[in-house]
Amino acid sequence: MKTRSLLLSALTLSALATLAYAQTPALKKGLKITLLPKNINNPYNVIETSGGLEAGKEIGALVKVVGPSDAGASSQVSYINTAIAQKQDALVLAANDANALLPYLARAKASGMKIVTMDSDTAVSGRTLFINQANSEGIGRAQVQLVGKLIGYKGEIAVLSATPNATNQNTWIKWMQEELKLPRYKDMKLVKIAYGNDDDQKSFTEMQGLIQAYPNLKGVISPTTVGISAGARYLSTSPSKGKVALTGLGTPNQMRAFVKDGTVTAFQLWNPADVGYLATYAAAALVSGQITGKPGEKFKAGRLGEYTIGKDGEIIVGPPYTFDKANIDKFDF
Amino acid sequence: MKGVRGLLGWEATLLALVALALLGGGLLSPDFLTGQNLSFLTANFSEVALMVLSMTLLVVVAEIDLSVASMLGLCSAVLGVLFAAGVPMPLAILAAFVTGALAGLFNGLLVTRLGLPSLAVTIGTLALYRGLAYVLLGDRAIAEFPAAYTNFGFGTLPGTLIPIPIALFAVLAALFAVVLHATPFGRSLYAIGANAVAARFAGLQVERVKLRLFVLSGLMSALAGVVYTFRFASARGDNATGFELSVIAAVLLGGVSIFGGRGSVVGAVLAVFLIGLINGALTIVDVSNEILTIVTGLLLIGSVLVPNLLGRFQSFRQRRRRRGDAAVP
Repeated sequence: MKTRSLLLSALTLSALATLAYAQTPALKKGLKITLLPKNINNPYNVIETSGGLEAGKEIGALVKVVGPSDAGASSQVSYINTAIAQKQDALVLAANDANALLPYLARAKASGMKIVTMDSDTAVSGRTLFINQANSEGIGRAQVQLVGKLIGYKGEIAVLSATPNATNQNTWIKWMQEELKLPRYKDMKLVKIAYGNDDDQKSFTEMQGLIQAYPNLKGVISPTTVGISAGARYLSTSPSKGKVALTGLGTPNQMRAFVKDGTVTAFQLWNPADVGYLATYAAAALVSGQITGKPGEKFKAGRLGEYTIGKDGEIIVGPPYTFDKANIDKFDF
Repeated sequence: MKGVRGLLGWEATLLALVALALLGGGLLSPDFLTGQNLSFLTANFSEVALMVLSMTLLVVVAEIDLSVASMLGLCSAVLGVLFAAGVPMPLAILAAFVTGALAGLFNGLLVTRLGLPSLAVTIGTLALYRGLAYVLLGDRAIAEFPAAYTNFGFGTLPGTLIPIPIALFAVLAALFAVVLHATPFGRSLYAIGANAVAARFAGLQVERVKLRLFVLSGLMSALAGVVYTFRFASARGDNATGFELSVIAAVLLGGVSIFGGRGSVVGAVLAVFLIGLINGALTIVDVSNEILTIVTGLLLIGSVLVPNLLGRFQSFRQRRRRRGDAAVP
């Protein structure tokens, strides 16, 4: 008897020692995490939150996805309030407006909830961490580099964006304009920034409008999954097919047919599922006390490996990826 | 008298439905019937509730104002632009109200002077005022407002969980109810709504009354715009897009007849709470937004259909009874 209890206590002690040695506490089980995308019917957001659900399964967290059907500024507020009422441990959101949500996020924080933004940030005070798909500068410049290559660095280009208020889109467009100032683009001109409001039909007609209004248009960048697929749909049946290069940010499943029929040569994206996946891990690490949000802190995010928190709590998932005829069939999302 | 009794019946039904929604929400989720959650819920429909008050009066006189949410957006934009340009806040708020009054006056003049149907006029100004809001703000959002003002939109009465905009609404709702139900002016609205021609012959200044109601609608939209701007600390051109539908839904569900002449402030207010509570209860059990929209739509159809069917059933029974009476020698 005595030896057994001795042995047991020795085991317990060594287990405790191992835990102490590991330094960082383990991820808590049964965490309640709410994912709040910009709107719920956008295919991009569906993929993004699927990554969050995947992460939730791995770490034994109760992850749920809620959200408005329109991407208006204040549509997300009632969902933030609901998460507070439901005493969720963490809220992971893609903000529709950088400022409109701030007082509500402050209230959520005060109630003890951890806030992580993904894709579209709020002001720094609104959240602890921001999971950015890729560096905004990298995305903006990469889009111009791609369209430049496709049109031989010559001719008029246009941008078909989402809503005029979308924080991420506007930052990318700013970097596109920076990239265009370089001498290699001296024969290229940005003639118009159109807004399709992340609405399929509006994006379709805006694309039509661009092509009719600018007969010398050589390329269109649509840095939104809704815009690029609607734009490609218009282009695929128009006489400009193959003459106007359409690039931007799209998902392989949306764009596959247009790449195969020659409407689109190449486009870019990251894996949105990774964004939701990393954001959910980051939220769980915050709630479990592994990290507090200070720059330089490190944490592990399952299959994606280790990440380090950057300036202002920003974490970058990775560089954008170019899809074309040669590689598109390797992806299914 | 019978009309009044029928109406009280509908209000009692709404009250019962509100109680049922509270009970149902409580059964669905333990987080529903908390003071905090109910406080969030009611704050969430502040602007719609404010605009419902003036819309009730307009629908009673058989008019409608579809431009309310656009006027809200325009007033919010005016407030934001002026404040950002350095105008002192009280003046910027005053300017928002002047804007609302002028927008309402324009609607009213087109309806009363040119005799155009308000439905058509305000569909036009719905687009016009929203467009003006975008002209003023473009893709900008003005967000830096003094905390004293945002606290007004966001905060609760000291020591309670009652949102300040809802307290303001309660005071105004009482005022509107008294005006509509206990003053000669209020009674004249029913007369105009029931039969404008007869009302005119009876000496009522129908056009002037309607004009005033449109201006009032603009002023209430301005108030809702100020509340919205401070509640979200954000003046944007697209503020409150689509809210006109929620306002009209509440007014109709509240038992205000779309043909004019019938309805009460109490009914409309109860309907606002009913829709808000149902939305809140479904949201807290994570029912998706589409289902939410469908439920609101069904409620609205039901609110028009049920009283209609009841009316038909009653007249059918009366006819049968009369026929029965005739058969007895």
